[in-house]
Amino acid sequence: MKSGSNLEKVLKAGHFAFTGELGPPRGCDVEEVREKAQHLKGNVDSVNITDNQTAMVRMSSWAASLILLQEGLEPNFQMVCRDRNRLAMQADILGAYAHGIKNMLCLSGDHQMFGDHPLAKGVFDIDSIQLINMVKIMRDEGKFLSGADLHGTPKMFIGAASNPFADPFEWRVHRLAKKVNAGCDFIQTQCIYNMEKFREFIKQANDMGLTEKTYILAGVTPMKSVGMAKYMKSKVPGIEVPDEIIKRLQGAGKGKVADEGIKFACEQVEEFKEMKGVHGVHMMAIEWEHMVPEIAERAKVLPRPVVD
Amino acid sequence: MIVAKRKPFEEIKEMIKDYKKVLNVGCGTCVAVCLAGGEKEVAVLNAEIDMARKLDNNPVELGAQTVERQCDHEYLEELDDIVGDYDAIISMACGVGIQFLAERFPDIPVYPGVDTTGMSANQAVGWYEERCRSCGQCVLGMTAAICPVTMCAKGLYNGPCGGTNQGSCEIAMDQDCAWFRIYERLERQGRLKEIIEYTPPVEWNDQVPRTLIQPGYKKPEKAKES
Repeated sequence: MKSGSNLEKVLKAGHFAFTGELGPPRGCDVEEVREKAQHLKGNVDSVNITDNQTAMVRMSSWAASLILLQEGLEPNFQMVCRDRNRLAMQADILGAYAHGIKNMLCLSGDHQMFGDHPLAKGVFDIDSIQLINMVKIMRDEGKFLSGADLHGTPKMFIGAASNPFADPFEWRVHRLAKKVNAGCDFIQTQCIYNMEKFREFIKQANDMGLTEKTYILAGVTPMKSVGMAKYMKSKVPGIEVPDEIIKRLQGAGKGKVADEGIKFACEQVEEFKEMKGVHGVHMMAIEWEHMVPEIAERAKVLPRPVVD
Repeated sequence: MIVAKRKPFEEIKEMIKDYKKVLNVGCGTCVAVCLAGGEKEVAVLNAEIDMARKLDNNPVELGAQTVERQCDHEYLEELDDIVGDYDAIISMACGVGIQFLAERFPDIPVYPGVDTTGMSANQAVGWYEERCRSCGQCVLGMTAAICPVTMCAKGLYNGPCGGTNQGSCEIAMDQDCAWFRIYERLERQGRLKEIIEYTPPVEWNDQVPRTLIQPGYKKPEKAKES
């Protein structure tokens, strides 16, 4: 065991993992976090706590992760490279682990120009792959990035993201390989809608032996509306929404679009369960946490395994 | 070359509002080529100031002088006998020139007439694109001569990130993704293996003021007192 986190145990035992996501509040309303957490409790193995997602300032991800721990859920502490240099990152990793956080997701971060402080100085002292490697050095070698010894090492289960849909497609599997070689234990992918392209990506990862070295959790975000699908297709860089998905949602009829979105997501989960090289699903029900119990039920991933 | 853009007129006007005799010093090299701070731009700015101050019933006496390079003692020398008559100086050189000028005349307030915006290439007259951030550790050999520090909005050394959008950067469709272009060019040259390995964290060498002394040269024993 690298970390002994619940997520690691579930994956190591060979179960199909199911993780969720929670965005911290734009303020210090603890109740908002607790309320969202209740919908996820028992329905997921671990909950990603986003780090100033889309570059909007929110309650810090480690702080919201601690609230989740208090609520009896396991957080997956996201850290982006945009807002901290290597000193602050290492300090937060130590502090987070000291308080019982055992999973981390290492990300570059959306550019600050998308957020509410568009002209802030982006840090990017190190990039996401360098961050993965830094956490690994801290965990496995007991050293700071500088080489100095740590007193007490953070036993993190190290995660990273992968986007099979950003250009150039041919290079994406090599970038995944870089992340695996840098030391990531698990991958959560960008939201998948183009299943054909994802099948090809996983095949490449299988052929390169990457899916034996790291756990891959396929990213799923159920579409709530036709508008959301169109927005994601045209406005969100790196997300690919095939026209047939939009047509399918349009054909669902009035009042039934969200249900059709969930239905498609559940069909995806069914396919991922059978797909060689996929070890679980990361369910990103964005601002739709209260629907997770129903989604998990319909995706037939309940009850969640309990591994000692 | 170093490029700059003229500061907004209102900002310049506000900075010098209390001075009655102001010398505007242009620079004849980089900022002249990029149409920001050469002899012509000095004349244009002075005309604007003159007119605005007259309208404000706060006339000002203006001088104009353009030297070859404000980043060089040799050329600043020609100002030695002129500046004493002025209450303040506007420098239209880049940030280097402005500071070097101010160092030479420490008793006279010096104000910037331009905002220095980087080291850029001349795409066409009036059109300049940044290409270098002078990080001090050039990686262009690995990146097909496309700078990820300058051209990638996140300065990634292991790109491209997940925001690549049909070859564009996530920040704007008209901004190329540096790493997409790096991939494209390396592939064309059959050199993709050069970026297949992970690049470790950079040891930043640009976090303190840098002094460069070329091999075979040294600092004078005692810096020249002015």
